[in-house]
Amino acid sequence: MSLITIKNLWKRYGDNVVLENLSLEIKAGEFCTLVGPSGCGKSTFLKMLLGEESPSKGVFLFEGKPFPSEPSVERGIVFQRYSLFSHLSVLENVMLGIELGKSPFLGKLFGAAKKAAREEAVAMLEAVGLGSVLHHYPSELSGGMQQRLSIAQSLVKKPKLLLLDEPFGALDPGIRADMHALILDLWKKNNLTVVMVTHDLHEGFYLGTRLLVFDKVRNDPQAPNAFGAKITYDIPLLREKKEEKNDE
Amino acid sequence: MKRLINQKPNRGNALLLGLLPFIILVIVYVFASHARLQENAEDKLLPSIAQMAQTMDKSALSPSKRSGEIIFWNDTLASLQRLGLGIGISATLGLMIGVPLGLIPLVRAGFSPFIAAFSMVPPIAILPILFIVFGMGEVAKVALIVIGVTPIIVRDLQHRVEEFPKEQLIKAQTLGASSWTLAVRIIIPQMMPRLLDAVRLTLGTAWIFLISSEAIAATEGLGYRIFLVRRYLAMDMILPYVLWITVLAFLADFILKKFTCKLFPWYAKKDSL
Repeated sequence: MSLITIKNLWKRYGDNVVLENLSLEIKAGEFCTLVGPSGCGKSTFLKMLLGEESPSKGVFLFEGKPFPSEPSVERGIVFQRYSLFSHLSVLENVMLGIELGKSPFLGKLFGAAKKAAREEAVAMLEAVGLGSVLHHYPSELSGGMQQRLSIAQSLVKKPKLLLLDEPFGALDPGIRADMHALILDLWKKNNLTVVMVTHDLHEGFYLGTRLLVFDKVRNDPQAPNAFGAKITYDIPLLREKKEEKNDE
Repeated sequence: MKRLINQKPNRGNALLLGLLPFIILVIVYVFASHARLQENAEDKLLPSIAQMAQTMDKSALSPSKRSGEIIFWNDTLASLQRLGLGIGISATLGLMIGVPLGLIPLVRAGFSPFIAAFSMVPPIAILPILFIVFGMGEVAKVALIVIGVTPIIVRDLQHRVEEFPKEQLIKAQTLGASSWTLAVRIIIPQMMPRLLDAVRLTLGTAWIFLISSEAIAATEGLGYRIFLVRRYLAMDMILPYVLWITVLAFLADFILKKFTCKLFPWYAKKDSL
């Protein structure tokens, strides 16, 4: 069964049609990259997957059930910026997810439970290469390290779906290559399902097992908002090619 | 010669430049006072520094003949107690009201217009009501500070919570936070230093309310003393008291600032995030 099932999905704000008649299936384990010109609805689509927005019309299922209409633990998110908790250290930022899950009232663990959460968080941080800065505050980290932390935060909850919203858009090219290697490695090791929005076509081709291109097919110059975007290309990418590239 | 905008003072020069206006003020005062006293030795308007010291020593810093208390410290203690209590209650209320107001749309829809309207009531205008309701004792004075300062803190905190990055709120939800744990683990800890900032900004206002209420009905307090001795044109007592109030206000601000840096080391750095 598909993880995500979408049939004849529409999204409009008033008269402004953003997405029209989208149909799509995403299976567990896929790495989907979403590309398209700005304003073509790929971010809106991601927000719908996240639960921040809901569709206007159509079938929109997560594991066969209607999508939860607010953000939940099944779906992790990594934004481009601003999603780290500035008052917590690197370690506490990752521990927070474990603590929130196990302590519904205080959101804080003590004693042995805290120690276990700490160990789990440290292992996660070492996996993303942040083992040496556990007690720094996020503001003391570089942009690339901040994104590593944001990924670790999400992964510690073992989400069924990991959403990436232009996560590497603000990084230097060299750092970006490191981050690509990291995310592919994590994706493989943890059997993640990833949906990633990017404006970098090369990145989309390089990372994904499937590339989805969003664009408007019809355009009425008199009423630019009358038609929404569709998926114009749905390109499966060969994994072998990726493996090769990875080994380079 | 470098342009003026590129010339930066070194530490010593900066200190000297900072002290200069104070030194000038004192010199101007001493000269003006001397000139007036030269003309009329009984002049009350600009007493000499020696006169001020003498008066303070005699009437404020020596044990009172009637009760044996030292008026100056008594006044200071009474005023600081009222101020501390008023500010403490205001800050607590501010946090308890401001955070839900900023975070929960249903609460905002229900109470925001009321708070906005309530904060427009001039606190001094309801001082008589407070005296009628609470009597002439301590409660009315503390209540005036609370009524005057709380709405400012509430609205400030509400705006801070409203402008909280949406990314953090969503991220926390995907990590399993409920509205409650989101508030206690994410919002409130990040609002604490901002609350202290708000307290610092409202301290001046709190002093105004304190001195007003002390001027009208009190038996001790810094504001009470100033308004009492005004009847005798006792500038030699008023001026040192005003100076002391200024020093206290400055110290309170300074201590709060240091306290914020010490308790919330991440706060000063957060701008780069």
